[in-house]
Amino acid sequence: MATFLLLAEYTLIFASVLMLVALGGCYSEHSGVINIGLEGIMVMGALGGALVMNMFPGLSAPLMILAVMAGSMLFGVIYSTLLGFSAIHLKADQTIIGTAMNMLGVALATIIVKTINMQANASNPTSTLQYIAQKKLFLVKLGSFEFNWFMLISLVILAIAYVVMYKTRFGLRLQACGEFPQAAASVGIDVYKMRWSGVLISGLLGGLGGIVYIMAGVSEWKFENGVAGFGFLAMAVMIFGQYRPLRIGVSALLFGFFRALGNVYTGFGFLVALNIPSTLYNMLPYIVCLIVLTFTSKNSRAPKADGIPYEKGQR
Amino acid sequence: MEKNKSFLRNEGVQALLSSILCIIIGLIIGYIVLLFINPQGASGAILAIIKNWANSSRSTLQLKNLGSTLVNTAPLLLCSLSVLFAYKVGLFNIGASGQYTAGIIVALYGALALHLPWIVCMVLSIIAGAIVGAISGALKAYQNVSEVISGIMLNWILLYAANMILSSVKEPSDIYTLKMAKNAPQAILPTLGLNSIFNNHQYVGIAIPIALIAAILVWIILDKTKLGYELKATGLNKNGAKYAGMKENQNIILTMAIAGGLAGLAASCLYLTGITEWSCATASVPGMGFNGIAAAFLGGLNPLGSILSSYFIQHISMGGSFVDLSIYPSQVADLISSIIIYLCGFVAFFKLMMNQFLDKKDAKGGK
Repeated sequence: MATFLLLAEYTLIFASVLMLVALGGCYSEHSGVINIGLEGIMVMGALGGALVMNMFPGLSAPLMILAVMAGSMLFGVIYSTLLGFSAIHLKADQTIIGTAMNMLGVALATIIVKTINMQANASNPTSTLQYIAQKKLFLVKLGSFEFNWFMLISLVILAIAYVVMYKTRFGLRLQACGEFPQAAASVGIDVYKMRWSGVLISGLLGGLGGIVYIMAGVSEWKFENGVAGFGFLAMAVMIFGQYRPLRIGVSALLFGFFRALGNVYTGFGFLVALNIPSTLYNMLPYIVCLIVLTFTSKNSRAPKADGIPYEKGQR
Repeated sequence: MEKNKSFLRNEGVQALLSSILCIIIGLIIGYIVLLFINPQGASGAILAIIKNWANSSRSTLQLKNLGSTLVNTAPLLLCSLSVLFAYKVGLFNIGASGQYTAGIIVALYGALALHLPWIVCMVLSIIAGAIVGAISGALKAYQNVSEVISGIMLNWILLYAANMILSSVKEPSDIYTLKMAKNAPQAILPTLGLNSIFNNHQYVGIAIPIALIAAILVWIILDKTKLGYELKATGLNKNGAKYAGMKENQNIILTMAIAGGLAGLAASCLYLTGITEWSCATASVPGMGFNGIAAAFLGGLNPLGSILSSYFIQHISMGGSFVDLSIYPSQVADLISSIIIYLCGFVAFFKLMMNQFLDKKDAKGGK
């Protein structure tokens, strides 16, 4: 029973990460900008949140949660302007920019953390930040189930995303810009503004997803390792979820489950008895992702103008 | 005047100027970051990165370090060719790292466990890379799976596969694979006497000419053959190629297989020299494939430009190890190369600005 609860716990927390980041990607792609840089945005968001925990270790639980969220979102948003500026105004190749952002995020975060560590203690040239005590403020024990506030926050953000996307003027306009920006412009929508909103929201949610990820199951993070392809797993969740918030929520649970299995499989007697090497469990989410995409990409519902730079006069 | 104008309008010259601009801006931003960390040593550190092998005081040591840079440039050049080849056909081969890792698995396992000669290991690593590339290609061609996402997923799958498979040929008390020189001398790449040029650098050898020949071959295939023409046509418009009677799906798979083969070859060109071992506790995908993306774009997507840009990127990354590591993290070099890739996204914009500037100048001259 305890292991099932543990599995549920890990599934929910990893699903929260994937859902947040995939929803971020969803806003950006609906506005017409492909965000391959989600991985880098996650790293920067994780850095922002971890720095807040590092600098203000004495905050009370509600303040800590708010401050960490604010820190990670702020870093994510600032970092996403790199994509917004180049993709919206300079019509740069969004795939190259995203790839560069992923590499830059890891390099920049490593440099910042190493510098901080070395200034605090010259004999500590690592890129690891610890937040053992701070992390406990995010957890609530419900029996043997460790509830993490981020699970609830992610659920709320999912509900908001659904309402925003389908029930508000902003959401419908955003989607118009990703489908046919020239038509949207012809009825007076500012495509540039809409695309900026999409990119910045993806920075906000991607950054938040980053801090949730580095607090899932561990209480320290080595920034040299980045976020292990989670930004790309989130993109797969988004594609499998057909760019719709509710379906993204469901597919995040599926992928979260396979990721969680790698952490807790040792608790299940029958899985241990199968004697599968542990690295195979590490591979599992990526293998599942590849298989799922193989069967779902054919009917992709990607926005029509996704990734195509907007030119005002073009028809 | 007339001659000068046509010179600046030349595609190749513009590509070169854009790349140089990217490099200069990248270095300036790197310098600013160094200033933030510690203003006193910043100038020394950026110079150390730029000088790389020239940091050593003795000429013998300089030659040795230059040799090491070249040994690492060969696989980088092959990875950049892999990215470039796919990109010319409209595919973004971010999976080069995974194809490269597949090559490492096969090359090292073949050498250390099966005791195969080097040429067999090399061919096998090309095949392994090609198979991984072809998987991405087939998924793209038949199931519309984005090659970017399948590439990333395969990168991670192969990373874990490498840790799992190669732990059977690692040192018993260590995480690294067995030393090539001691355990698989038959699989070490021949030096062809090249090592004597670099002060008897034992790792300098056939890999460097192989990479150069590959660059020339890629250039010939893409620009001078029917195959290259068909592949590029498929990349420009898949339906158009189909209408013209080309096998468009096969072309996509073939492209990714060739790209994967180049990345697989890169792996054997590095690991079969014995200069480095695989750590079976590696936690992140090898950066070689990603640096290949940087080199491909910095080289203006030209195979011959890749030769220069690969050397430059490798030069900068190895230069990172010469900075004072008690003050500055060596990742400053990674930072510079990632900023350079970011700027490469603007190359089209740079060229546009350049042409607008020239147009204005011409209009003035006309009056």
